[in-house]
Amino acid sequence: MLFHHSTRAAAILVLIILSGVIIALIQGSLPALQAFGFNFLIEERWNPVTERFGALAPIYGTLVTSLIAMLIAVPLGLLIALFLTELCPPWLRRPIGVAIELLAGIPSIIYGIWGLFAFAPFLQRTLQPFLIDIFGSIPVLSSVFEGPPYGIGMLTAGLILAVMVLPFVASISRDVFEAVPPVLKEAAYGVGCTTWEVVRNVVLPYARVGVIGGVMLGLGRALGETMAVTFVIGNAHRISASILAPGTTISATIANEFTEAVGDIYTSALIALGLILFAITFIVLAAARLMLMRIERRVG
Amino acid sequence: MNLYSRRRLRNRVVLLLSVGATVIGLGWLVLILGTLVYQGLSGLSLAVFTEMTPPPGADGGLLNPIIGSLMLTILAVAIGTPIGIMAGTYMAEYGKYAKLTVVVRFINDILLSAPSIVVGLFVYEILVAPMGHFSGWAGAVALALIVIPVVVRTTEDMLLLLPKELRESATSLGLPRAYVIRFVSYRAARAGIITGVLLAIARISGETAPLLFTALNNQFFSTNLNAPISSLPVVIFQFALSPYADWQKLAWIGALIITFAVLALSITARALSASGKSS
Repeated sequence: MLFHHSTRAAAILVLIILSGVIIALIQGSLPALQAFGFNFLIEERWNPVTERFGALAPIYGTLVTSLIAMLIAVPLGLLIALFLTELCPPWLRRPIGVAIELLAGIPSIIYGIWGLFAFAPFLQRTLQPFLIDIFGSIPVLSSVFEGPPYGIGMLTAGLILAVMVLPFVASISRDVFEAVPPVLKEAAYGVGCTTWEVVRNVVLPYARVGVIGGVMLGLGRALGETMAVTFVIGNAHRISASILAPGTTISATIANEFTEAVGDIYTSALIALGLILFAITFIVLAAARLMLMRIERRVG
Repeated sequence: MNLYSRRRLRNRVVLLLSVGATVIGLGWLVLILGTLVYQGLSGLSLAVFTEMTPPPGADGGLLNPIIGSLMLTILAVAIGTPIGIMAGTYMAEYGKYAKLTVVVRFINDILLSAPSIVVGLFVYEILVAPMGHFSGWAGAVALALIVIPVVVRTTEDMLLLLPKELRESATSLGLPRAYVIRFVSYRAARAGIITGVLLAIARISGETAPLLFTALNNQFFSTNLNAPISSLPVVIFQFALSPYADWQKLAWIGALIITFAVLALSITARALSASGKSS
């Protein structure tokens, strides 16, 4: 009985941890939320000197970098899953799959240091001037790719995030692609479909829910990623239309400023940022889990 | 161009793209590891493991952050693993059909991918702020909170994989439930549970964000867990963003050490779980 109850207590502890996180964050952010109210969410200014804080710039940066990451990682991840399930010779499947998953094992600080010293200078010399040249004369797009090529900035952060999210999208998509009953695929091949047509019309519709779950899981990662982004985002509290400009994200702001924050209201504003981040990722991850649970039920 | 050749062409383009995507993914891994080896290997020497972090411009090593990281990791695993294994045991053995299990599984999966910086904020609120100072204990607790979900997940999965006949036959011999779990289930699932712990170690040995405002950093040699303590990831963060070339060099060396330690851990974990499955 003792053993039974202690295991039960441990399981309940997991629930207590989550509620503890939520309560602690709400409690810590109360001073800031009381001082600024709803304006905290829509105010762009972030001024530690006058103690006026608004979360709009970090929220904007978080969403834009994650969007860039997903735009790149989702197609790449799906293509890798296609390669692994339909094209790859069986003896190569496991090594390549493991190698892709190892990308997820590299600590985020390593992506950060690599991004700052190797990737950003490379982008500054190549991709960024190229983008500025191409889109410079097209009306709307010119403001998206405007400004000097700093190397660091929102585009760089988005690209690094894309590499970090890629293994999640790829390995979950591969798993759900593999769960498609072979009979369905064989039937489609039997009536003369090409590999692409089988994937497009049979595999993808069947695996849709699982793929979306995987994508949301990756999105949850991208939204909350801290160290890699902190290195390459540039940490500028402003909202600019150009994705080449430096910006900031919620997690980068907290990582950079928390230990240096003086005064209760400053600390509290940073904790409020943490609360917003937790709320956003909680919703995304919960949705992802519900979708993956649905597909697990169908498979199992 | 007729319908057939158009379909064939489209198919070929997509297949080429998929090969390209895989090459990009693998290339990126090679690129990152290559850069790390290129930047870090030349500075790797015995002094890195025997000397302290230097002031700018002087020679030194990474002894204190390495010791600090080892201490924090061991403590975090010591705190997190028993809780994780117990919770996983409840979910797979006692409460297999309980409502509590469904809820805990859902919450645990969310904790598994929750932003680690939020964990740092949480520990700051409950430990650092009341105690009034940063400490190694706070860092270890923060890391333990990251260990728990990983261990819960793998323990539950591994125990659920066991055939139920195993438990039935042990029970039929008159063994109480707690003994069945400890002497039969745990033994059969051992490789899998150890895999989970290894994966958790791999995960926390590179974690930086939760340590920034819990364990902070310490430029001196210290094993006092009541004081701020140095750790490898935080030192990499600080040194890499510094303007001093020799600090940046040390950051690369630290990055090389961490990455290969983490990769070795996750490859070991994979090999272990593969061998556990086949036996």
